[in-house]
Parts: sequence; C-alpha cells; structure tokens
Amino acid sequence: MEDVKITANSFEKVQADQTADQEKISAPSLTFFQDAVRRLRKNKIAVISFFTLIIIAVIAFASPILAPRDPNAQNPDYANLPPRIANTNIPGFRGEIKNAAGIVTNPYETNNVPKDRTYILGTDYLGRDLFSRVLYGTRLSLIIAVIATLVDLLIGLPYGIISGWKGGKVDTFMQRIIEIISSVPNLIVVILLLLVLKPGLSSIIIAIAFSSWVTMARLIRAQTLQLKEQEYVLASLTLGESPFKIAMKHLIPNLSSTIIIQTMFSIPSAIFFEAFLSFIGIGIPAPNASLGTLLSDGQKAFRFLPYQMWYPALILCILMIAFNLFADGLRDAFDPKSE
Amino acid sequence: MLKYILKRLGYMILTLFIVASITFFMMKLMPGTPFSNQDKLSAAQLKIMNEQYGLNKPIWQQYLIYLGNLLHGDFGTSFQFSNQPVLSLITSRLKPSLLIGSQAMIIGSLLGILLGAVAAINKNNWIDSLATFVSIVGISVPSFVLGVLLQFFIAFKWHMFPIAGFDNWQASVLPSLALAVSPLAQTARFMRTEMVDVLNSDYIELSKAKGNTRWQTVVKHTLRNSLIPVITILGPLTANILTGSLVVENIFSIPGIGEQFVKSIMTNDYPTIMGLTIFYALMFMVMLLITDILYSLIDPRIRLTNDKEEN
Repeated sequence: MEDVKITANSFEKVQADQTADQEKISAPSLTFFQDAVRRLRKNKIAVISFFTLIIIAVIAFASPILAPRDPNAQNPDYANLPPRIANTNIPGFRGEIKNAAGIVTNPYETNNVPKDRTYILGTDYLGRDLFSRVLYGTRLSLIIAVIATLVDLLIGLPYGIISGWKGGKVDTFMQRIIEIISSVPNLIVVILLLLVLKPGLSSIIIAIAFSSWVTMARLIRAQTLQLKEQEYVLASLTLGESPFKIAMKHLIPNLSSTIIIQTMFSIPSAIFFEAFLSFIGIGIPAPNASLGTLLSDGQKAFRFLPYQMWYPALILCILMIAFNLFADGLRDAFDPKSE
Repeated sequence: MLKYILKRLGYMILTLFIVASITFFMMKLMPGTPFSNQDKLSAAQLKIMNEQYGLNKPIWQQYLIYLGNLLHGDFGTSFQFSNQPVLSLITSRLKPSLLIGSQAMIIGSLLGILLGAVAAINKNNWIDSLATFVSIVGISVPSFVLGVLLQFFIAFKWHMFPIAGFDNWQASVLPSLALAVSPLAQTARFMRTEMVDVLNSDYIELSKAKGNTRWQTVVKHTLRNSLIPVITILGPLTANILTGSLVVENIFSIPGIGEQFVKSIMTNDYPTIMGLTIFYALMFMVMLLITDILYSLIDPRIRLTNDKEEN
C-alpha cells in the first residue's frame, strides 16, 4: 500500500464566482404564453396541423391571384368535364371518365375542347371551373367560420363575465336563458334563425354565432366564478377599481387560455354548420361557392361524376381534422394538467 | 329525488312553452307565404285559403289559438302535405328515424366504449395514438360526407347494401353507420379520459397488489367505474344523432322526420316546422332528464339537488 500524500497541490481553489454560477437560474424565465408555445412546439401533430392550416389559408386567400378562371363564369359548352392537366399522364387527371358500365370516355374530345384548354379539377354542370370554385369556396367557408367565431366570442365573453361576476338573481336569470337555448339542438336553432333572416352571408354568420356562443359563455362564467374569489381581484376592488377595469385587467388575461382553446374548437364547428346548411340548400345563395354548396352540387352528380365531390370533401375533411388536432394540441399546451 | 324530477318536469314545460312561443313568432317573421309557390292563386282564392288556415286573424289571436291547440296535443295542420295533421305526419314518420337513430346510438356507443377502453389500457403507445386519431377523424368528418362516401362505395360500387330507400332492414345499415361515427368518436374520447383517470386511482393499485391479473383488474374495477360518467354524454349524443339525421335521411331517401323537416323548410310549411322543432326540443330534454336520473341511480355519490348547476 502506498501512502497517499496530501499536499497543498491536491486542492483546487474554488473561485468565488463559481458558487454564484451554480445558484443561477439557467433556463430563461418564461411567461405563461411562452411556456405554452414551447409545449405546443414539442407536439408534432399540432405543429403539422398548424402548418397545414396556414398553407390552406394562404392558398385560399390568394385565390383571386391563383384561380385560373372566374369561379362563377358559366360555359355550357364545357359542362361536366373531368379533371385534366395538360401534357401529363397522371391517373385521374387525363380528362377521362368511366361510366357505370365501365366504358372510359373522354368528354374533352367529344365536346371538341381545344387542346390547350384544361381544367385541373374539371368543371361542374354549368361549365364552371371547379378548381377556381374550390379555391374561392374554401376562402368563403374560412371567412364565415372565423367571423362567426369572433361574433360568438363577442357575445359569449361579456355574457359569461357578467353572469359570473354579478352572481345572484342576474346569474340565475342569465343561466335560465342559456338553458332554454341549449334545450333545442344547436342546428335546429341555426336553421330557424336562417329562415327568418334574409338569405345571405351575414345571416349565416349571425345564425352560426348565435347558436354557438352558449358554450363559450358557460366556460367563461365557470372560470369567472373562480377568478372573482382571488385575492388580487379583492385587492383591486378595495382600491376602488371599477368592475369594467377589473374585467379588462384581471379577468380577461386570466381567461385568455380558455378563450383561445374554445375559439379554436368553435371554428371547425362553424365550418361544419356552414357546410351543413349549404348542403341542405339554405346556406350560401347561388352562384357563390362555399365548401358546402360545392359538396351539395357534387353530391347530386356523385354517382356518375364523382370527381365533382372528391375535392371539396377532401378539403373540408382536412380542414376539420387539422383544426381539431391543433385545438387539441393547444388545450394540452395551455393546460398541462389535462394530460 | 321525486321533488327534483317534478321540478325538472316543471322547467321542461316552461322551456317548451318558450320554445313554442319563439318559434311561433319567428315563423310569423318569415319571408314568403305558404301559398306563394303554388301557381297563380287569385286574390279571392288566397283569401279563402287564409281563412281556412286562420291566417287572416290578428297575430295574437293566432298565437293563443295555437297554444290552446298545443295543450290538446294538436300541432295544427300541414300546409303542404295533403292537409295532414302535423302530429300524424310526425308519428307516421317516426319509425324509420327511431330505428336508424337507435341503431346508430347502440353501434356508436358500444364501439366507442371499446375503442376508448383499448386506448386507455394502451396509454401512450401506438395503439393509443391510432385510437385517438380515429376518434379525431370521426369527430371531424361530417356525417353527410361520410354518408355520401358510404353510399358511393358500399352501395353503388360494391352493391353490398341498397343505395337508398327504406324497403327492408338492409336499407337501414348504411344510414345508421353514417350516423354512428360521430357518437362513436365522442364516446371513445370521453371513455379514454375517464378510464385513464380510474386507472390512476388507488383502488386499482390495490387490485394489482392483491395479485389480480390485468384482465381481472380491468374488467372488474376499471371498466365499470369508467362507464358511469359515460352516461352523461348520452344527451349530447342524442342531439348529434337528431341533427345528423336531417341530412343523412335526405341522402338515403329515408322517409323519416329529418327528411320531413328539411322538406318543410323548403316549402314554408310553418305548422310542420313548428311541430318538429317542439318535438326535437322535447326529445332532447327528455333524454337529458333520463340521463341525469340514470346517473344518480347508478352512482350513489351523485345526489340530484335542486341547484345542481351551482356546484
């Protein structure tokens, strides 16, 4: 055994600032929102859905630039042409269609369509370019859904805050109204409203918003009931702050995660409502295209000209799935306890 | 309990009264008249028609007459469908809707429970992800898109079921499936959340510690306890199927109440629209009440109180 010699050199001097280093908080301090965004970015599905939505939205809103033709221009000579992309041989884009007996025909040749005239997604029964219509239709559906959701927020947020804040008789009365509205299935309310209002864009938005603010108001009220018991609200009241300022300064910031999550869930349901109404024929008036009217037109000819329905249906499904997945991700990100 | 049910029934009647009143006045505000789409009626003919249906009286009188008739179970007479009383119009179309609706409800909730349970047991692995994805797709894809797709592939291309109509039981399969998917997805999501909760509770630990097999633990302790809260979504599911039926019945030409509702909207048939709205509201509220009663019967921890929504 060798003796272990301990000399002065065996020791290393600790620098004074090194201990301070250990005490340092290494991760940057994050606000609630930054933290939520960080969690959201880790969620691959949510990120993919987010970019899918962005891409669809950008393309839809660029439709005046991207659309090759006027979406409402009719051209009876070129009606019901199947999809064709010039100089390619991709299955489904050859301008051919198979009928029920399995015989393949090419309406482009039978209708003497010029070689250079192609319709990427074909044309409908009035010879309107479906590609342009799908672009404009997606845009219209998105606009309706987003505005309806904002209106729904504009009604639901104050309603919920007032109901929760006032409490007592006011609250009971306001909750009764909500109960009555929600005792009729949502869609029936929308349909009845649409029958009374003049057909058009704003009526659809109002009808959709009117039936969906209830959920928002309920959530906001429940949260307000909790928030108003907090000490900082009491402190603010003691200092003589007006209820309106308390709502703006203390309640709404604390409600923001609920608002954002519920808004993200409201948009797909608004898209669904619009598509549904247009599908049964009381939605967007002709000749404007929305995803719902395109589906409804496509469904009429679906058996023989299925291409007219594929693309609007596909876009609608992708939009709905992406919104729902993204909203799910948002909920997990804002409320880590939920998972 | 009895007091609670009576109180709820009282509220239901009040709500129905308000719904009936609102729909009545909304119908009066509606543009167009029920006789406008028949060709060229002379002024005298129009007057006779208006008198026959009581449309020449002041609105408040029409309202009181309508409410009075409602109390006798008289929903008025349809303007469009061969002068049938609305009530018999509804009852004659109830059977197909009930059949398809209940089939959809049974398929949807059973498969949903199964899917949710499988997802919860396999929490955080690929089976769970797959189940979650399936339920998101089910919630996202509207029933009418699904209906048309089923009709195109299964009925039109592969000839497995009738395309449309309601001649035999086979014809009800596809519409039921189209309606079942959304309830299935909702049940699956709800079931998964509940079951994950239950799986984290102490008595499951105890069951494992006792040496029970995984299967015993799941069937005896987890499944039953997670099933109880699932009852609460019966209400929303009913609403879902009711509204879904409006368009699915149209796609498959089922002579049910959903198809009737859409037809009545198209023809300004006020009495039928009003009757069906009240009917839908009634169905929905009865379902919510049954749900609450069932819930309190099955789970003794839940006590129905008068101020339920306050806690």
